[in-house]
Amino acid sequence: MSTPAPELALVPVAPQGPASLWVLYLAFNRLALQGFGGVLAVAQRELVERLGWLSREEFVETLAIAQVLPGPNVVNLSLMIGDRYFGLRGAFAALAGMFVLPSLLVLSMAALYGSVAQHPVVGNALRGMGAVSAGLILATGLKLLPAVHRNPMGRVLAALLAVATVVAVVWLRLPLPWLVLLLGGLGMAAAWRGLAQTPDSA
Amino acid sequence: MMLSAAHADLLDLFLHFLTLSLLSIGGAISTAPDMHRYLVGERHWLSDTEFTSSIALAQAAPGPNILFVAVLGWNVAGLSGAFAAMAGIMLPSTTLVLAATRWARRNKDSLGVRAFSAGMAPLTLGLMLATGWLLAEPYLRLPEHRLATLALMAGTVLLTLKTRISLVWMVLAGEVLGALGWV
Repeated sequence: MSTPAPELALVPVAPQGPASLWVLYLAFNRLALQGFGGVLAVAQRELVERLGWLSREEFVETLAIAQVLPGPNVVNLSLMIGDRYFGLRGAFAALAGMFVLPSLLVLSMAALYGSVAQHPVVGNALRGMGAVSAGLILATGLKLLPAVHRNPMGRVLAALLAVATVVAVVWLRLPLPWLVLLLGGLGMAAAWRGLAQTPDSA
Repeated sequence: MMLSAAHADLLDLFLHFLTLSLLSIGGAISTAPDMHRYLVGERHWLSDTEFTSSIALAQAAPGPNILFVAVLGWNVAGLSGAFAAMAGIMLPSTTLVLAATRWARRNKDSLGVRAFSAGMAPLTLGLMLATGWLLAEPYLRLPEHRLATLALMAGTVLLTLKTRISLVWMVLAGEVLGALGWV
Protein backbone atom coordinates (compact mmCIF):
# COMPACT_ATOMS: atom_id res chain seq x y z
CA MET A 1 0.00 0.00 0.00
CA SER A 2 3.00 2.29 0.28
CA THR A 3 4.23 2.20 -3.31
CA PRO A 4 1.88 3.69 -5.89
CA ALA A 5 1.34 1.79 -9.08
CA PRO A 6 3.72 2.98 -11.81
CA GLU A 7 2.13 5.50 -14.13
CA LEU A 8 1.27 4.26 -17.57
CA ALA A 9 2.85 6.04 -20.48
CA LEU A 10 0.53 8.64 -22.01
CA VAL A 11 0.80 7.26 -25.52
CA PRO A 12 1.32 3.54 -25.27
CA VAL A 13 3.59 2.02 -27.88
CA ALA A 14 1.47 -0.07 -30.21
CA PRO A 15 1.52 -3.58 -28.80
CA GLN A 16 2.39 -5.04 -32.16
CA GLY A 17 3.71 -3.15 -35.13
CA PRO A 18 4.53 -4.61 -38.55
CA ALA A 19 6.98 -7.51 -38.31
CA SER A 20 8.90 -6.58 -41.46
CA LEU A 21 9.11 -4.14 -44.35
CA TRP A 22 7.20 -6.61 -46.49
CA VAL A 23 4.35 -6.80 -43.97
CA LEU A 24 4.27 -3.00 -43.91
CA TYR A 25 4.18 -2.84 -47.71
CA LEU A 26 1.40 -5.43 -47.91
CA ALA A 27 -0.68 -3.67 -45.25
CA PHE A 28 -0.63 -0.36 -47.11
CA ASN A 29 -1.12 -2.08 -50.44
CA ARG A 30 -4.21 -3.85 -49.11
CA LEU A 31 -5.45 -0.62 -47.62
CA ALA A 32 -5.00 1.38 -50.83
CA LEU A 33 -6.65 -1.26 -53.01
CA GLN A 34 -9.76 -1.10 -50.83
CA GLY A 35 -9.89 2.68 -51.03
CA PHE A 36 -12.45 3.56 -53.66
CA GLY A 37 -13.32 7.24 -53.47
CA GLY A 38 -10.93 7.89 -50.59
CA VAL A 39 -8.64 5.85 -48.37
CA LEU A 40 -9.17 7.48 -44.98
CA ALA A 41 -12.08 5.32 -43.82
CA VAL A 42 -10.24 2.14 -44.84
CA ALA A 43 -7.06 3.36 -43.13
CA GLN A 44 -8.92 3.68 -39.84
CA ARG A 45 -10.56 0.28 -40.22
CA GLU A 46 -7.29 -1.46 -41.11
CA LEU A 47 -4.68 0.30 -38.94
CA VAL A 48 -6.78 0.77 -35.80
CA GLU A 49 -9.41 -1.98 -35.87
CA ARG A 50 -7.85 -4.88 -37.77
CA LEU A 51 -4.08 -4.57 -37.29
CA GLY A 52 -4.08 -2.62 -34.02
CA TRP A 53 -0.90 -0.73 -34.95
CA LEU A 54 -2.38 2.51 -33.66
CA SER A 55 -4.86 3.30 -30.90
CA ARG A 56 -7.84 5.50 -31.72
CA GLU A 57 -6.11 8.45 -30.03
CA GLU A 58 -2.81 7.86 -31.83
CA PHE A 59 -4.61 7.67 -35.17
CA VAL A 60 -6.33 11.01 -34.58
CA GLU A 61 -3.15 12.73 -33.38
CA THR A 62 -1.04 11.38 -36.26
CA LEU A 63 -3.72 12.44 -38.70
CA ALA A 64 -3.82 15.89 -37.05
CA ILE A 65 -0.19 16.39 -38.05
CA ALA A 66 -0.64 14.75 -41.49
CA GLN A 67 -3.51 17.13 -42.16
CA VAL A 68 -1.67 20.41 -41.69
CA LEU A 69 1.26 19.34 -43.88
CA PRO A 70 1.05 19.63 -47.67
CA GLY A 71 0.19 16.47 -49.55
CA PRO A 72 -2.68 13.99 -49.23
CA ASN A 73 -3.53 13.17 -45.60
CA VAL A 74 -3.44 9.40 -46.03
CA VAL A 75 -0.18 9.48 -47.97
CA ASN A 76 1.38 11.61 -45.24
CA LEU A 77 -0.04 9.20 -42.67
CA SER A 78 1.56 6.23 -44.45
CA LEU A 79 4.93 8.01 -44.56
CA MET A 80 4.75 8.84 -40.85
CA ILE A 81 3.80 5.32 -39.80
CA GLY A 82 6.37 3.67 -42.07
CA ASP A 83 9.09 6.00 -40.82
CA ARG A 84 8.13 5.33 -37.21
CA TYR A 85 8.73 1.59 -37.52
CA PHE A 86 11.58 1.25 -40.02
CA GLY A 87 12.91 4.73 -40.69
CA LEU A 88 13.36 5.89 -44.26
CA ARG A 89 13.05 2.36 -45.65
CA GLY A 90 9.74 1.97 -43.84
CA ALA A 91 8.46 5.28 -45.17
CA PHE A 92 9.22 4.22 -48.72
CA ALA A 93 7.82 0.72 -48.22
CA ALA A 94 4.54 2.22 -47.00
CA LEU A 95 4.55 4.73 -49.86
CA ALA A 96 5.19 1.94 -52.38
CA GLY A 97 2.29 0.01 -50.88
CA MET A 98 0.04 3.00 -51.36
CA PHE A 99 1.11 3.70 -54.95
CA VAL A 100 2.69 0.85 -56.95
CA LEU A 101 -0.31 -1.38 -57.66
CA PRO A 102 -2.98 1.35 -57.50
CA SER A 103 -1.13 3.52 -60.02
CA LEU A 104 -0.62 0.57 -62.40
CA LEU A 105 -4.34 -0.11 -62.09
CA VAL A 106 -5.49 3.45 -62.68
CA LEU A 107 -3.13 3.93 -65.64
CA SER A 108 -4.33 0.68 -67.23
CA MET A 109 -7.85 1.96 -66.80
CA ALA A 110 -6.84 5.27 -68.37
CA ALA A 111 -5.26 3.45 -71.31
CA LEU A 112 -8.19 1.08 -71.86
CA TYR A 113 -11.25 2.99 -70.80
CA GLY A 114 -10.31 6.65 -70.98
CA SER A 115 -13.26 7.45 -73.22
CA VAL A 116 -15.73 5.42 -71.15
CA ALA A 117 -15.39 7.95 -68.34
CA GLN A 118 -17.67 10.31 -70.26
CA HIS A 119 -20.52 7.81 -70.47
CA PRO A 120 -23.58 8.84 -68.40
CA VAL A 121 -23.69 5.44 -66.63
CA VAL A 122 -20.21 6.14 -65.25
CA GLY A 123 -21.40 9.48 -63.94
CA ASN A 124 -24.35 7.77 -62.24
CA ALA A 125 -22.12 5.09 -60.73
CA LEU A 126 -19.75 7.76 -59.44
CA ARG A 127 -22.64 9.58 -57.80
CA GLY A 128 -23.67 6.41 -55.98
CA MET A 129 -20.07 5.86 -54.96
CA GLY A 130 -19.78 9.48 -53.84
CA ALA A 131 -22.72 9.12 -51.49
CA VAL A 132 -21.22 5.99 -49.95
CA SER A 133 -17.77 7.60 -49.63
CA ALA A 134 -19.37 10.53 -47.87
CA GLY A 135 -21.13 8.16 -45.49
CA LEU A 136 -17.87 6.29 -44.83
CA ILE A 137 -15.99 9.44 -43.86
CA LEU A 138 -18.88 10.60 -41.67
CA ALA A 139 -18.99 7.22 -39.93
CA THR A 140 -15.23 7.22 -39.41
CA GLY A 141 -15.41 10.67 -37.84
CA LEU A 142 -18.21 9.50 -35.54
CA LYS A 143 -16.25 6.38 -34.61
CA LEU A 144 -13.19 8.40 -33.66
CA LEU A 145 -15.16 11.04 -31.77
CA PRO A 146 -14.70 9.32 -28.37
CA ALA A 147 -11.01 10.21 -28.70
CA VAL A 148 -11.94 13.66 -27.31
CA HIS A 149 -12.45 12.02 -23.90
CA ARG A 150 -8.73 11.75 -23.30
CA ASN A 151 -7.83 15.14 -24.73
CA PRO A 152 -5.78 17.18 -22.25
CA MET A 153 -7.90 20.29 -22.94
CA GLY A 154 -10.92 18.49 -21.45
CA ARG A 155 -13.68 16.66 -23.24
CA VAL A 156 -16.22 19.48 -23.28
CA LEU A 157 -13.86 21.98 -24.87
CA ALA A 158 -12.59 19.37 -27.35
CA ALA A 159 -16.13 18.46 -28.40
CA LEU A 160 -17.04 22.15 -28.79
CA LEU A 161 -13.97 22.70 -30.94
CA ALA A 162 -14.91 19.75 -33.18
CA VAL A 163 -18.42 21.18 -33.63
CA ALA A 164 -17.02 24.66 -34.31
CA THR A 165 -14.78 23.14 -37.00
CA VAL A 166 -17.77 21.58 -38.76
CA VAL A 167 -19.62 24.91 -38.66
CA ALA A 168 -16.58 26.85 -39.88
CA VAL A 169 -15.92 24.49 -42.79
CA VAL A 170 -19.45 23.62 -43.92
CA TRP A 171 -21.29 26.90 -43.38
CA LEU A 172 -18.62 29.59 -43.25
CA ARG A 173 -16.34 27.93 -45.86
CA LEU A 174 -13.29 28.96 -43.87
CA PRO A 175 -10.13 27.97 -45.80
CA LEU A 176 -7.85 25.46 -44.05
CA PRO A 177 -4.99 27.88 -43.24
CA TRP A 178 -7.44 30.18 -41.41
CA LEU A 179 -9.00 27.23 -39.64
CA VAL A 180 -5.61 26.07 -38.35
CA LEU A 181 -4.68 29.59 -37.34
CA LEU A 182 -7.92 30.48 -35.52
CA LEU A 183 -9.51 27.31 -34.12
CA GLY A 184 -6.21 25.41 -34.17
CA GLY A 185 -4.53 28.19 -32.21
CA LEU A 186 -7.34 28.10 -29.69
CA GLY A 187 -7.05 24.31 -29.39
CA MET A 188 -3.31 24.40 -28.97
CA ALA A 189 -3.52 27.07 -26.28
CA ALA A 190 -6.15 25.04 -24.41
CA ALA A 191 -4.16 21.82 -24.76
CA TRP A 192 -1.01 23.62 -23.61
CA ARG A 193 -2.80 24.85 -20.51
CA GLY A 194 -4.21 21.40 -19.78
CA LEU A 195 -0.85 19.71 -20.22
CA ALA A 196 0.98 22.28 -18.11
CA GLN A 197 -1.45 21.77 -15.23
CA THR A 198 -1.06 18.00 -15.09
CA PRO A 199 2.15 16.42 -13.80
CA ASP A 200 4.66 15.25 -16.41
CA SER A 201 3.88 11.58 -15.94
CA ALA A 202 0.18 11.96 -16.76
CA MET B 1 19.63 22.98 -77.69
CA MET B 2 20.34 20.39 -75.04
CA LEU B 3 16.73 19.29 -74.73
CA SER B 4 14.32 18.19 -77.39
CA ALA B 5 10.93 19.88 -77.35
CA ALA B 6 9.30 16.80 -75.79
CA HIS B 7 11.85 16.71 -72.99
CA ALA B 8 11.47 20.39 -72.35
CA ASP B 9 7.71 19.92 -72.07
CA LEU B 10 8.16 17.05 -69.63
CA LEU B 11 10.51 19.15 -67.54
CA ASP B 12 8.01 21.98 -67.60
CA LEU B 13 5.24 19.63 -66.47
CA PHE B 14 7.44 18.30 -63.66
CA LEU B 15 8.43 21.78 -62.50
CA HIS B 16 4.87 23.07 -62.56
CA PHE B 17 3.60 20.25 -60.37
CA LEU B 18 6.68 20.69 -58.17
CA THR B 19 5.57 24.24 -57.38
CA LEU B 20 2.04 23.07 -56.59
CA SER B 21 3.19 20.38 -54.15
CA LEU B 22 3.79 22.57 -51.12
CA LEU B 23 0.52 24.42 -51.78
CA SER B 24 -1.50 21.22 -51.64
CA ILE B 25 -2.51 21.50 -47.99
CA GLY B 26 -5.64 19.44 -47.46
CA GLY B 27 -4.85 17.24 -50.46
CA ALA B 28 -3.79 17.72 -54.06
CA ILE B 29 -7.37 18.32 -55.16
CA SER B 30 -7.14 21.79 -53.59
CA THR B 31 -4.69 22.72 -56.36
CA ALA B 32 -6.83 21.22 -59.17
CA PRO B 33 -8.05 24.67 -60.31
CA ASP B 34 -4.47 25.71 -60.98
CA MET B 35 -3.73 22.41 -62.78
CA HIS B 36 -6.74 23.11 -64.98
CA ARG B 37 -5.51 26.63 -65.73
CA TYR B 38 -2.07 25.30 -66.69
CA LEU B 39 -2.92 22.11 -68.59
CA VAL B 40 -6.11 23.25 -70.33
CA GLY B 41 -5.95 27.03 -70.49
CA GLU B 42 -2.27 27.79 -70.87
CA ARG B 43 -0.64 24.78 -72.57
CA HIS B 44 -3.69 23.28 -74.36
CA TRP B 45 -2.41 19.79 -73.61
CA LEU B 46 -5.84 18.60 -72.45
CA SER B 47 -9.40 19.53 -73.30
CA ASP B 48 -11.88 20.48 -70.62
CA THR B 49 -13.61 17.07 -70.82
CA GLU B 50 -10.30 15.21 -70.72
CA PHE B 51 -9.42 17.06 -67.54
CA THR B 52 -12.75 16.32 -65.85
CA SER B 53 -12.85 12.68 -66.91
CA SER B 54 -9.26 12.18 -65.69
CA ILE B 55 -10.40 13.15 -62.21
CA ALA B 56 -13.53 11.00 -62.49
CA LEU B 57 -11.49 7.98 -63.59
CA ALA B 58 -9.09 8.30 -60.65
CA GLN B 59 -12.05 8.56 -58.27
CA ALA B 60 -13.57 5.38 -59.65
CA ALA B 61 -10.29 3.47 -59.25
CA PRO B 62 -8.95 2.26 -55.90
CA GLY B 63 -6.07 4.07 -54.25
CA PRO B 64 -5.29 7.54 -52.96
CA ASN B 65 -7.22 10.31 -54.74
CA ILE B 66 -3.94 12.02 -55.66
CA LEU B 67 -3.57 9.43 -58.46
CA PHE B 68 -5.69 11.78 -60.58
CA VAL B 69 -2.38 13.62 -61.07
CA ALA B 70 -0.89 10.47 -62.63
CA VAL B 71 -3.88 10.19 -64.98
CA LEU B 72 -3.53 13.84 -65.99
CA GLY B 73 0.17 13.27 -66.73
CA TRP B 74 -0.68 10.10 -68.64
CA ASN B 75 -3.15 11.94 -70.82
CA VAL B 76 -0.54 14.61 -71.56
CA ALA B 77 2.44 12.40 -72.39
CA GLY B 78 1.87 8.74 -71.56
CA LEU B 79 3.96 6.94 -68.97
CA SER B 80 6.72 9.56 -68.81
CA GLY B 81 4.06 12.24 -68.36
CA ALA B 82 2.52 10.29 -65.48
CA PHE B 83 5.94 9.95 -63.83
CA ALA B 84 6.84 13.61 -64.33
CA ALA B 85 3.56 14.86 -62.85
CA MET B 86 3.56 12.44 -59.91
CA ALA B 87 7.22 13.02 -59.07
CA GLY B 88 6.61 16.76 -59.15
CA ILE B 89 3.56 16.73 -56.89
CA MET B 90 5.07 14.21 -54.44
CA LEU B 91 8.74 15.14 -54.00
CA PRO B 92 8.52 18.39 -52.01
CA SER B 93 5.62 17.36 -49.77
CA THR B 94 7.16 13.94 -49.02
CA THR B 95 10.48 15.53 -48.07
CA LEU B 96 8.76 18.03 -45.82
CA VAL B 97 6.57 15.37 -44.16
CA LEU B 98 9.58 13.17 -43.41
CA ALA B 99 11.57 16.07 -41.98
CA ALA B 100 8.61 17.27 -39.91
CA THR B 101 7.67 13.85 -38.58
CA ARG B 102 11.25 13.14 -37.49
CA TRP B 103 11.54 16.50 -35.80
CA ALA B 104 8.21 15.94 -34.04
CA ARG B 105 9.26 12.48 -32.89
CA ARG B 106 12.57 13.73 -31.48
CA ASN B 107 10.63 16.38 -29.57
CA LYS B 108 7.54 14.31 -28.80
CA ASP B 109 7.79 14.92 -25.07
CA SER B 110 8.09 18.67 -25.41
CA LEU B 111 5.06 20.65 -24.31
CA GLY B 112 4.90 22.38 -27.70
CA VAL B 113 4.60 19.22 -29.80
CA ARG B 114 2.14 17.59 -27.40
CA ALA B 115 0.01 20.73 -27.30
CA PHE B 116 0.09 20.93 -31.11
CA SER B 117 -1.16 17.41 -31.79
CA ALA B 118 -3.65 17.39 -28.90
CA GLY B 119 -4.86 20.87 -29.81
CA MET B 120 -5.36 19.94 -33.46
CA ALA B 121 -7.05 16.58 -32.75
CA PRO B 122 -10.60 18.00 -32.32
CA LEU B 123 -10.18 19.90 -35.59
CA THR B 124 -9.21 16.67 -37.32
CA LEU B 125 -12.41 15.03 -36.14
CA GLY B 126 -14.46 18.05 -37.16
CA LEU B 127 -12.77 18.11 -40.58
CA MET B 128 -13.65 14.46 -41.14
CA LEU B 129 -17.32 15.11 -40.42
CA ALA B 130 -17.25 18.23 -42.59
CA THR B 131 -15.56 16.36 -45.45
CA GLY B 132 -18.29 13.73 -45.34
CA TRP B 133 -20.87 16.44 -45.71
CA LEU B 134 -19.03 18.38 -48.42
CA LEU B 135 -18.53 15.23 -50.52
CA ALA B 136 -22.27 14.69 -50.63
CA GLU B 137 -23.27 18.33 -50.97
CA PRO B 138 -23.20 18.61 -54.79
CA TYR B 139 -25.70 15.72 -54.98
CA LEU B 140 -27.79 17.05 -52.11
CA ARG B 141 -28.27 20.28 -54.04
CA LEU B 142 -30.08 18.44 -56.82
CA PRO B 143 -33.70 17.86 -55.72
CA GLU B 144 -34.04 14.67 -57.80
CA HIS B 145 -31.02 13.07 -56.06
CA ARG B 146 -31.40 14.50 -52.55
CA LEU B 147 -33.46 11.83 -50.86
CA ALA B 148 -31.65 8.82 -52.33
CA THR B 149 -28.25 10.34 -51.51
CA LEU B 150 -29.29 10.98 -47.91
CA ALA B 151 -30.66 7.44 -47.61
CA LEU B 152 -27.49 5.93 -49.04
CA MET B 153 -25.33 8.02 -46.69
CA ALA B 154 -27.41 7.09 -43.66
CA GLY B 155 -27.31 3.41 -44.60
CA THR B 156 -23.53 3.55 -45.00
CA VAL B 157 -23.04 5.26 -41.64
CA LEU B 158 -25.25 2.68 -39.92
CA LEU B 159 -23.54 -0.30 -41.55
CA THR B 160 -20.07 1.09 -40.80
CA LEU B 161 -20.86 1.71 -37.14
CA LYS B 162 -22.85 -1.44 -36.45
CA THR B 163 -21.30 -4.14 -38.63
CA ARG B 164 -17.88 -5.34 -39.79
CA ILE B 165 -18.90 -5.53 -43.47
CA SER B 166 -15.94 -4.76 -45.71
CA LEU B 167 -16.04 -1.14 -46.84
CA VAL B 168 -15.35 -2.22 -50.42
CA TRP B 169 -18.70 -3.98 -50.65
CA MET B 170 -20.51 -0.85 -49.55
CA VAL B 171 -18.74 1.26 -52.19
CA LEU B 172 -19.48 -1.31 -54.89
CA ALA B 173 -23.11 -1.45 -53.81
CA GLY B 174 -23.23 2.34 -54.11
CA GLU B 175 -21.78 2.19 -57.63
CA VAL B 176 -24.27 -0.46 -58.71
CA LEU B 177 -27.22 1.44 -57.23
CA GLY B 178 -25.96 4.57 -58.98
CA ALA B 179 -25.44 2.85 -62.32
CA LEU B 180 -28.97 1.43 -62.11
CA GLY B 181 -30.23 4.98 -61.76
CA TRP B 182 -31.59 4.55 -58.25
CA VAL B 183 -29.52 7.26 -56.61
